Amino acid sequence: MTAGQYVAAAYGVVFVFVLVYVAIIAAKLVRLQRETTELLALARGREAAVRRDAAPPGEAPGEA
Amino acid sequence: MSTSSIRTLPGLAALAAGLMGFALFLAFFVAPEAAIEGVRQRIFYIHVPIALTAYFCFGLGAWKALLLLWRGDERYDLESYVAIHQGTIFGALTLITGSIWARTSWGVWWAWDEDQLVLFLVLFLFYCAYFMLRFSLEEGPRRARSSAVYGLFGVVLIPVSFLAVRLAENLIHPTVFTRDGPQMTGVMFATFCIAWAALTLLAYVLYRVELAGKRIDANLRELREVLG
Repeated sequence: MTAGQYVAAAYGVVFVFVLVYVAIIAAKLVRLQRETTELLALARGREAAVRRDAAPPGEAPGEA
Repeated sequence: MSTSSIRTLPGLAALAAGLMGFALFLAFFVAPEAAIEGVRQRIFYIHVPIALTAYFCFGLGAWKALLLLWRGDERYDLESYVAIHQGTIFGALTLITGSIWARTSWGVWWAWDEDQLVLFLVLFLFYCAYFMLRFSLEEGPRRARSSAVYGLFGVVLIPVSFLAVRLAENLIHPTVFTRDGPQMTGVMFATFCIAWAALTLLAYVLYRVELAGKRIDANLRELREVLG
């Protein structure tokens, strides 16, 4: 290998490390987004159940 | 981490990217080629700033560990852990880029009789063991305190590693910064300083991003417990 190729390898290694780090962070963001969506669905389900329970008998949910 | 503090992240990341680009431009197109080392001296502009950034991260981790022991606020535990994690990443990069430079300059990938190299490896392995200690204990105040004490001890190795090259008598590792100042031209020194600033800022941005991710993760876990 020539000296120039070693220089390119040194800078390339740093670039690849940063890319891998960004990819890991991106994967984590996807997971956090999925979990947030699940929790939001869970919270909405809870809210709907509370409204249903609070509504007077005979009244349809959502009309209260 | 407050919302306003997260809002500054994109700006800091853009600044780090801009500085990195500028540093690369200076290193490859502006800085003069070294008389003896030739083109391979350009590794200096990435290797030394990465090593200094690793020291900075370990120092930041130790500072946060000290704050945890001093004030007892558990948020410093995560901050210390993330800083040490960043330091380990930059430490690994220091060893890899240094090894490549050694191969092209000295003809070997590693020299065991070089104090600077061996002491940096000891420092790196010391902080690798930090993760073994941390993940062998159950989450809680005991783990936070034990990790903080360990992280604090490691910082002692930084000046030893930094000064080793100056104290060693028989060495092939170059000493660029002496008591007479930096042994390089003004343009070379400016390139080095900009590369150092860029890498330190990059490390700080990565530290903040990782910290924000871990805090969101913890909040979501708590929210799941509340809702579930």
